[in-house]
Amino acid sequence: MMWVRSSLAYPASFLLMLVSQALITGTDFIAVLLMFSHLKSFGGFSLAEMALLYGTASMTLGLADLATGSVERIGQRIRGGELDVWLIRPVPAFLQAVTDNFALRRLGRPLQALLVMAIALGNLPINWTVPKVLLLAISLISGSIIFAAIFVLGAAFQFISIDSAELANSFTYGGQQLTQYPLSIFGKNIVRAVTFVVPLAFVNYYPVLYLLDKPAPLGLPAWIGLLAPVVAVVMIALAALAWRGGLRRYRSTGS
Amino acid sequence: MGVYWAIAVRSFRRFSTYRIATLSGAFTNTVFGFIFCGVYLTLWHTSPGLGGYDVSDALTFVWLQQGLLAPIGIFGATTTVELGERVRTGEVAVDLYRPTHLMIWWLSVDAGRAWFQLLTRGGAPLLVGALVFDLNFPTSAAQWLAVAVALAFGILVSFGVRYLVALSGFWITDSRGLESLAMVLSLFFSGTILPLVVFPGWIGEVARATPWAATLQVPIDVWLGRNPGGVRSGLLFQLFWIVVLFLAGRLVTVLATRKVVIAGG
Repeated sequence: MMWVRSSLAYPASFLLMLVSQALITGTDFIAVLLMFSHLKSFGGFSLAEMALLYGTASMTLGLADLATGSVERIGQRIRGGELDVWLIRPVPAFLQAVTDNFALRRLGRPLQALLVMAIALGNLPINWTVPKVLLLAISLISGSIIFAAIFVLGAAFQFISIDSAELANSFTYGGQQLTQYPLSIFGKNIVRAVTFVVPLAFVNYYPVLYLLDKPAPLGLPAWIGLLAPVVAVVMIALAALAWRGGLRRYRSTGS
Repeated sequence: MGVYWAIAVRSFRRFSTYRIATLSGAFTNTVFGFIFCGVYLTLWHTSPGLGGYDVSDALTFVWLQQGLLAPIGIFGATTTVELGERVRTGEVAVDLYRPTHLMIWWLSVDAGRAWFQLLTRGGAPLLVGALVFDLNFPTSAAQWLAVAVALAFGILVSFGVRYLVALSGFWITDSRGLESLAMVLSLFFSGTILPLVVFPGWIGEVARATPWAATLQVPIDVWLGRNPGGVRSGLLFQLFWIVVLFLAGRLVTVLATRKVVIAGG
């Protein structure tokens, strides 16, 4: 709460930050629009279908970033010794880590993603059925959870290697960059990697394929998109284990 | 002169202590490099010769761009974020009563940082990219020289913009909003999200005339030998923005120095 109030203390600056946050994250979609000034379909996806992929990728990363993005500052907190203070407070260290410097301006990304998604859905001739509506809603949640788990895994890794904050970026921001395109354009090996190793394909790609009645790659069944919540649960478990392991391993630097 | 050299050397050393941060940054650049290669391969296979680039030009663009993001400071480099912070907290007063020019002091800090990041974060992704893909390299000594000059110019232009943004804090108390707005402009108009040659119609013409085009797109085009009006016009374009930005920087420094009130204690 304190952080929210402090960011609203200068309303003009906050508004400017919110707008530019939406613009910064929206430039990726503008790139897609610019590409489509030269082509009609990209990897078998039309502009509206690309917009849906982009909207869901950006929305899930945006929500995850809003909820858990602050956790990547843990390395600085360890070096500065603040983590010791957190550990003796009667609130779980994890909660303090995710609320540390809570940045409301991160709302910018989900806001612009929502806009793109709404326009995409308005322009797509999807046969809406109950399972499809449910799948869209659930996959947004499970996708956010998968990204959030990756944020936490990256933070847990900082207990081992304190300066590696940027490493997690390749899987979070890089993951968003990757999942906003049809994954099949990257070749079979990448599709295998993001299905079985780092399950980014479950964030939005497989659910969107199901929504659009497109076949899944690698000869996987079409209903693979429905497995997204299961993957999310596994990722939470992994992230929780890693975070606890990291905390247990933590030795204060002393002074 | 000696003092500025000493600052640059120390700034270089300071950044060279962040080894793991540099390594994980280079790793991230490499991952993004592969993602963009996948995207651009599809793009250039669907419409060959787009923007006057062939496929290997486009792939070379990706790896140069990923390597240059940090050295050129497309996302706003540490030094200028730091200066903004110092203006906000008032610590800039200390910088002002040093017997050096504020702008040249920070330029030296930035030069040391850029040089270190150019060697490490610039080299690593390019090396990986060159091992995996067939990339274009400058073919003559003259072209290598032109690339070196264009890179130095690009860093100077970028510094000029970032310096002005940081000093805006003297007038609007919290320069962070403007900082992030400057980042949008720099992302969009430098060629980071998509090479500027691909921008259609008047958007492309506007984008290619901005100072941000001089930071990333022009040096890469010099490397590829693809400047629309030849290498010479590319370098002159950069020089034009350096002169404009440094005169503006000088003026803003004088105005800010006059405005600042240092309360002793």
